[in-house]
Amino acid sequence: MQKFYDVKSVAAVINEINIDTDAIIPKQFLKTIERTGLGKFLFFDRRYDSSNNIKKDFILNKVPWNKARILIAGNNFGCGSSREHAPWALLDFGIKCIIAPSFADIFFNNSIKNGLLPLTLPKSSIEVLCAHALEKKLIKVSLLEKKIFYDNIILDFNISDEVRERLLNGYDDIELTLQKKDMIEFYEKKNLLESSWRIIDNERKS
Amino acid sequence: MDSPKTLFDKVWDNHMVGKLDSGQSILYIDRHLVHEVTSPQAFEGLKLKNRNVRRPDLTLGVADHNVPTTFRNLGIDSIKDKIARIQVETLEKNLKEHKIEYIPLTSVNQGIVHIIGPELGYTLPGTTIVCGDSHTSTHGAFGALAFGIGTSEVEHVLATQTLLQNKPKNMKIEINGKLKKNVTSKDIILKVISQIGTSAGTGHVIEFMGNTIKKMSIEERMTICNMSIEAGAKAGMISPDITTFKYLKDKKFSPKDKKWELAIDEWTNLHSDKNASFDNSFTFDIENLKPMVTWGTSPEDGISITDVVPDPKDAINLEKEQSINKALKYMDLTPGTRMTDIKIQKVFIGSCTNGRIEDLRSAASIVKGKKVAKSLQALVVPGSGVVKKLAEEEGIKEIFIEAGFEWRDPGCSMCLGMNPDQLENGERCASTSNRNFEGRQGRGGRTHLVSPITAAASAIAGTFVDVSEG
Ligand code: SF4
Repeated sequence: MQKFYDVKSVAAVINEINIDTDAIIPKQFLKTIERTGLGKFLFFDRRYDSSNNIKKDFILNKVPWNKARILIAGNNFGCGSSREHAPWALLDFGIKCIIAPSFADIFFNNSIKNGLLPLTLPKSSIEVLCAHALEKKLIKVSLLEKKIFYDNIILDFNISDEVRERLLNGYDDIELTLQKKDMIEFYEKKNLLESSWRIIDNERKS
Repeated sequence: MDSPKTLFDKVWDNHMVGKLDSGQSILYIDRHLVHEVTSPQAFEGLKLKNRNVRRPDLTLGVADHNVPTTFRNLGIDSIKDKIARIQVETLEKNLKEHKIEYIPLTSVNQGIVHIIGPELGYTLPGTTIVCGDSHTSTHGAFGALAFGIGTSEVEHVLATQTLLQNKPKNMKIEINGKLKKNVTSKDIILKVISQIGTSAGTGHVIEFMGNTIKKMSIEERMTICNMSIEAGAKAGMISPDITTFKYLKDKKFSPKDKKWELAIDEWTNLHSDKNASFDNSFTFDIENLKPMVTWGTSPEDGISITDVVPDPKDAINLEKEQSINKALKYMDLTPGTRMTDIKIQKVFIGSCTNGRIEDLRSAASIVKGKKVAKSLQALVVPGSGVVKKLAEEEGIKEIFIEAGFEWRDPGCSMCLGMNPDQLENGERCASTSNRNFEGRQGRGGRTHLVSPITAAASAIAGTFVDVSEG
């Protein structure tokens, strides 16, 4: 996984609650067997009309937010389907950090496994940031310092150490788990003998 | 004595392998279901790092999301869409390469992954079950800890048969009372979500209990657990009981003989201890519940079918007011309109929420001897080949066809419209699925979530109708 570095950018604002993963990346783009190339389809129905023309009034189509690396949104961002295509599309578009009052669980997990930072802030702070973002001013997010910088203001944020470490170091989870292979083997020997009902017998398989 | 535990605590503890230095728990996974849409990049990831599948024997694959619902006897040749076909071929190739059992498109056992798991006895109480699909919560109806994961986690399970987790919190939802005739478990879960909202469950595992749940069939319980993700929950669970055991007895993958007895012994302990503590709890009395229908673009937008479209002016805050306005615009609805006055153009009966045999039976009982309203298209898509076969044997297929419904081959179909079954721009649909997001069933399509009984009755009337009695 890519390491997470500080981000300094304008921030696009989609100040709506319950932005679902169907909206972030509609189903017709889930047929791919690749992880890349989804950025052009991000928020497809909102960025293009039914004849595939760009909708000029949608924030991600407007200068300078078409190059935004930060997205600010409402409560329960990323609810719905488990499709990891959502963080893939956001990253491919260039978004590195999403700021919202809360995130849906699966989306949150999918993001941190891909080096996308889901940052939770109280609504009051978000409102202030939104106003700033809409003035096209820059916002800097430093994960290392756990701070957001804008104008001359510094805002602290909370994030679990575990998530922070993972993003800063770009950990490979599978590698970390495989280092504990002995534990897994021990668990299987204790719990999953051939006599256990949890095992699926070969003869029961077709 | 140990401190009292919830059902979830018990299953969690039984699957604890150990911890990483970061403090994250390593959770053992007993059953891993894979499908075509969320697995290709995971297998690709394994290949890039030269990793193997740790337990092919605990993994099962099926294609369901993008498969067409016509001409299935042609197998993979039924898929006309080239890219969709490549995805299914990739699944078949990956499973073969890693010696994972695959249920082919032509098999009677093929179907929506959350329908076939239980049907085959693959889903068992007290197990951990994951799948790259958010509605994996369905399997919680058996007292399994079952939840949806993303593709990176699919890869993690393939490589290690475990997942890294932080323990979620416990939530209890108690449901009591006797339902009116023609009011169903779908109406209950829509009611619950309309009250607690789509993010109430975030970070929690919900245990559903109460005398209504106790009396439910296993299929009704599945509908409840299926939509716990729509309340934002990690998983939904119901304590297994005699209903559960009866359903599982002699299923294809269910334990047999001595193992069955051992299993029953263990499963009998799978309930929350008296005095177990929950971080959050809700209670619902459903005695007077009417059939539910959603008017908006979030599963929390459910109201009684006898109600009217809400007025944004009555919203609890500005944020909600804006979201109601946006939804009304998309749904092309005016505040104050009676739900029963709204005309529909399509009806979809199917999906992992309501594509099981009991759903089709109840819908058929309403449709029998009647005709689908003029110019309305109505689809029945059985959740699996087994459901389809059973329905054909019971004469249910005939009832639907005579009424003017289309009878299709199993798959996710119009629930998400990855295959050719989609809504046209502006079309309004009564759907037994679980999500009414903008564009979910097709760009510009308008989805109203309902029970199979309400969907069936609405197909006949051409508008939503109240079918409850008593
Ligand atoms: S039926 Fe719908 S919700 Fe269920 S697995 Fe298929 S697409 Fe997902």
